[in-house]
Parts: sequence; structure tokens; C-alpha cells
Amino acid sequence: MSDSIVLAQDLPWPPKVDDFFLDGLFGLDNWLTKFTLMVWLAVIVLIVLFTRAMRKPALVPTRGQWFAESVYGFVRDSIGKEIIGKDAHRFVPYLTVLFCFVAFTNIYGIIPLAQISPNTHYAFPLTLALISYIMFNWVGIKKKGAARHFKDMIYLPDAPMWLQPLLIPIEFISNLVVRPVTLSVRLFANMFAGHLILLVFTVGGFMLLGADNFALKGVSVVSFLLAIAMTLFEAFVAILQAYIFVLLSATYIEGALAEEH
Amino acid sequence: MIDVLAANGVTGSLSSIGYGLAAIGPGIGVGIVFAAYIQATARQPESAGLTRAYLFMGFAMSEALALFGLALAFVFQDGAA
Repeated sequence: MSDSIVLAQDLPWPPKVDDFFLDGLFGLDNWLTKFTLMVWLAVIVLIVLFTRAMRKPALVPTRGQWFAESVYGFVRDSIGKEIIGKDAHRFVPYLTVLFCFVAFTNIYGIIPLAQISPNTHYAFPLTLALISYIMFNWVGIKKKGAARHFKDMIYLPDAPMWLQPLLIPIEFISNLVVRPVTLSVRLFANMFAGHLILLVFTVGGFMLLGADNFALKGVSVVSFLLAIAMTLFEAFVAILQAYIFVLLSATYIEGALAEEH
Repeated sequence: MIDVLAANGVTGSLSSIGYGLAAIGPGIGVGIVFAAYIQATARQPESAGLTRAYLFMGFAMSEALALFGLALAFVFQDGAA
């Protein structure tokens, strides 16, 4: 009993923002953390998976080829063809890799020993969102020219003239300024909140277990059960957010390629 | 207001209340999105696959506002207390 009390006192409670800043590994502060290793591992695994799967493609696929093909097929059919349409084949490789990378780094949040997603740090989602942002502007400018692209971005031709002074600033801000912000904050905040929820229920369970009151010790069971349930929910959220991130990237590309609204 | 609450023994960050307020609109919005999807699927079951992408898009759009509230609740956590 005294062990659990000591344990509970050592635990960080309540969960706060500081819990997301991990110490450096091997004494290398600030530039080698668990996040660095996790991101590099994700990069290596994805490169190996996709290059090996497609090096010797067979009619009867191996397990790796089957997995790579089903992910590619899922992104192509349910995101590429559904949203972008006939130009989709140019963007599906990017979207597939984006989906896999975001899903991989998200799922770290519930993998034992990793236990936290790199996407709980805003820099990672922001970088991914900026790649998508630069990309949809680039394909739009390449297809229609800069003037036409930015005109299509901010000007709604069907709206009445007297509304335009109101609409153009709104469209400008929502389409060109805050798009990378909303795209990245959505992913970041989901992962951040998910990790925080897991901390609340797991550490909270230990805190309740270490409480002096006998009834409160019993309540810790509920807390641990909720932690398990929320872990399963986080697995769902991790994949869903990767899907949404790629879906919105595809939508932005489609909007940039469309002739007019 | 913080002083009044503190005088009554309530402590914490006002940002949490702000997040609660910020979650009302998106909560209603997400509910409407899923209600509309269920209704559309019930009326036209074969359209379920067609509208699924828009379901998640609409869900993500409305949810973003609540997440802004969450992020800002942490951003202003120290300043408010």
C-alpha cells in the first residue's frame, strides 16, 4: 500500500503541457528525442515497405505487396477518384505516402514504449500541411497561370456584385491564409487531446489507487477500464485523422485544378 | 470574475470554460452532419458510399472549431489564472 502512495506522488499530476516535452536521449538534449527516432523509423519503414513491395511485383502478391497495394488502392479509389477525378493518378502516390506517414506517426500514440505521437508537436503537422499548401497552389498556378489561379481562389463568379467586397476578403483569408493552419491544427489538436485523455485516465487511475479513501481505490478500476476504451478509440481517431488530412489535401488540389467554382 | 470564483474556493483556468463554450457550436454542427448522413443513407441506401467522403469532410470542418478552442485553452492557460 505504501508503495502505491509513493508511486502516485511521483507521477505528474495533473497532466499538463510540460508532459509533451520529453528529455533528450543519450544526453543529447534538444536535438535527439524520442520524436526524432519515431519519425525516422516511420520514414525508413515506409520507404522499405513500398520499394520492396514493388521491386518484384507478382501476380499472386506476397504479404508486403498485398498490404502496399491495398493501401494504395484505398487511397486511389476512396480519395483520389472520389475527390480529384480523372487527374487523380498524378497525385495518388503523394496522397498514399502522406496517408501512410500520418497514420504511422499517429498510431505511435498507442504503441507501447512509443506512447506518444510526434504529431502532438505542432511543427510536424504544420510541415505536412505546408507541403500540401504549396502543392495545391503550385498545381493550380501551373495549370491556369498565377493570375487565374488566385482569382479562382478568392472570387465567386455567381455571387451578386454587392456581396463581393465582403466575400473576397473572406475567401482570401479562408482559402489562402488559414488553410494550412486549419489543416495542421486539426491533426495536432486531435493527437494532443488524445494523449491528454490517455494521461488523465491512466495517471488518474494510479492517483485513485494511491488514495487513502478505500472507495476511491475501487473507482480506479473504472479509470483503467476507460483508459483501455480510450486507447481503442485513439486507434480509430489516428486512422480517421490521417484519412481526413489526406481527404482535405485532395479537396484542395481538386479546387486548384477545377476550371471554376 | 476570476476573483469572485477564487473567493468562493473555485480555482483553475478560465480557458477551460472558454473551451466548453467553444465546443457547443461544433457539437451541434457535428450532430447535424451525422444526422444528415444517416437520413440520406436511409432514404437512398445506395448513396452511402458516394456521400461518405463528404460526411468526413463536413465532420472535419465543424470539428476544427472545437479543436481551435482546445488549442487556445492551452495557449492562454497561464495568462488567465
